[in-house]
Amino acid sequence: MASAMPMEPAEHRQLETFSMDLNSLTIDAVRSAVQERKTTATSLAGMFYAKIERDDPQVGAYLILSKDRALAKAAEIDALAAKGEKLPPLGGVPVGIKDVMVTRDVRTTAGSKILGNYIPPYDCTAVARMEAAGAVMLGKLNCDEFAMGSSNENSAWHPVHNPRDLSRVPGGSSGGSAAAVAADMAVATLGSDTGGSIREPASFCGVVGLMPTYGRVSRYGLIAFASSLDRIGPLTKTVKDAATVLQIIAGRDPMDATSAEVSVPDYAAELEKPVRGLKLGVAKEYFGEGLDSEVRKSVEAAIQKLAESGCEIVPVSLPHTEYAIPTYYILATAEASSNLARFDGVRYGYRARDARTLSEMYRRSRDHGFGAEVKRRIMLGTYALSAGYYDAYYLKAQMVRTLLARDFEEAFKKVDAIVTPTSPTAAFKLGEKVDDPLSMYLADIFTVTADLVGIPGISVPCGETTENLPIGLQILGKHFDEATILRVAHAYELKQGVN
Amino acid sequence: MKVTEKDVAYVADLANLELTEDERSVLLRDLNSILDYMDRLNQLDTTDVAPMAQVSDKYGVDSSKTGSARFAYAGREDVLEGLRKSLPHEKALQNAPDSDGTFFKVPKVIER
Repeated sequence: MASAMPMEPAEHRQLETFSMDLNSLTIDAVRSAVQERKTTATSLAGMFYAKIERDDPQVGAYLILSKDRALAKAAEIDALAAKGEKLPPLGGVPVGIKDVMVTRDVRTTAGSKILGNYIPPYDCTAVARMEAAGAVMLGKLNCDEFAMGSSNENSAWHPVHNPRDLSRVPGGSSGGSAAAVAADMAVATLGSDTGGSIREPASFCGVVGLMPTYGRVSRYGLIAFASSLDRIGPLTKTVKDAATVLQIIAGRDPMDATSAEVSVPDYAAELEKPVRGLKLGVAKEYFGEGLDSEVRKSVEAAIQKLAESGCEIVPVSLPHTEYAIPTYYILATAEASSNLARFDGVRYGYRARDARTLSEMYRRSRDHGFGAEVKRRIMLGTYALSAGYYDAYYLKAQMVRTLLARDFEEAFKKVDAIVTPTSPTAAFKLGEKVDDPLSMYLADIFTVTADLVGIPGISVPCGETTENLPIGLQILGKHFDEATILRVAHAYELKQGVN
Repeated sequence: MKVTEKDVAYVADLANLELTEDERSVLLRDLNSILDYMDRLNQLDTTDVAPMAQVSDKYGVDSSKTGSARFAYAGREDVLEGLRKSLPHEKALQNAPDSDGTFFKVPKVIER
């Protein structure tokens, strides 16, 4: 392996110029620079690690760095480039992975003390596919414990600070994944979305976040929160990059029976198709009370831009929207209470040492291992599933989930995609909502519906507040029609002068 | 108040949590405020609405079939060691808080 490449002085000079552009590096730019030997994957990884060392103490995006693994992969890519072979699509691209995806021999905690020392014996399919496509995994990214949260303040390790304003949250639960891209500590990252956990942090940090259709991307190796809702997706600087990553991770995986047997289109080609004539739905339910006036203004201006690009704006109604939060927090917590039963101090994870009986050992291990929000959700979910309350809460919520799905079925008879704000506000201050779980839950009001219904959604930056905080435009599509929302998002970016 | 202290203790028991006194009182407050909000679901008439448990029974399946035949694509031949080899014994035990090299070890289950 040609890991120790001869470094000509000229190459050094090129590297210097190259490093100045760290903040505008896209996947294609990295791959072609490595391919054309303007830099090496190894020195790029080194630059990103230097950046992480310098800036991450203030941001807190990374939990674990996987330098050996990253440098081995980088050397492999450099050897390919040295031989003049065509690099794979993510060849040499420095990426970060949310710490809810297991990585073989690299500690994986899900942001929880209960998995503080967990060393997975296998790789998550999405991560394995990224690496097989040439990605260099820099490390594991901070998140809310078991992906439960909207601000990243529920991480058992430390909070993440929004790179745009360090006094504010980056959003959650994929807060580290969004902050790492925003602060140029990774070119692309993977996050997971159960109620908005990719899109909300993307919106708060001013990056692109894509939640694919349920079943589009394998969940194998994603530590389960709510299995009927959980999805893996990319956070990137551009829509094109999100499309590139989706291309790699999408598609049936025999290790996940819920990954669908649905063909995967060529997303890069789909991006280039014109948006003229596409019908975009605007639902009044997403522009009502509680929507910040600056967010409204930016999102309305973005919709106007899309109209100027030739999209037809069509009013639609999603009448059950106000019921989405209670539905979501019943179903997600019920599924979580069941999924998190596996943490019992027997096969892996933390065990309380002072217990005399098996039952005491279970209880104390869980008591000490789980944080406050995780316990709150386990309690809520267990209550909703318990005898006497099952019909009133769990079954009722499943029925309302059907009504929400019908809302979207009706709307999608009239339109190709639906445009909304991603979040009712821009990033809030650290500590602002920690003592009021219900107000924290309401931060997900515009994102949970797509999770419940199973459709894809993307958040793209669409301006800033007067305090320079990013605002996100959300585009929701039909099942397995990521192509259309990517196309609309890309058209919007072009109109904004991105790329 | 729909949730009482007794309910909190009962649910904690079901969930295999012990919880401190402080945690119980915070949860009593939080569960009541959250469940009050959830009650708005009762404004909706859901008579004859089928419950929805998942979206994966709609896509990629053969909808002309019923039962497990719908999910035929997800099936595979039942072969020894399946898709991937089982973990070697020591790998499977490497994260165990306590083991004897062959089994997971736990505190005594049966009193005598």
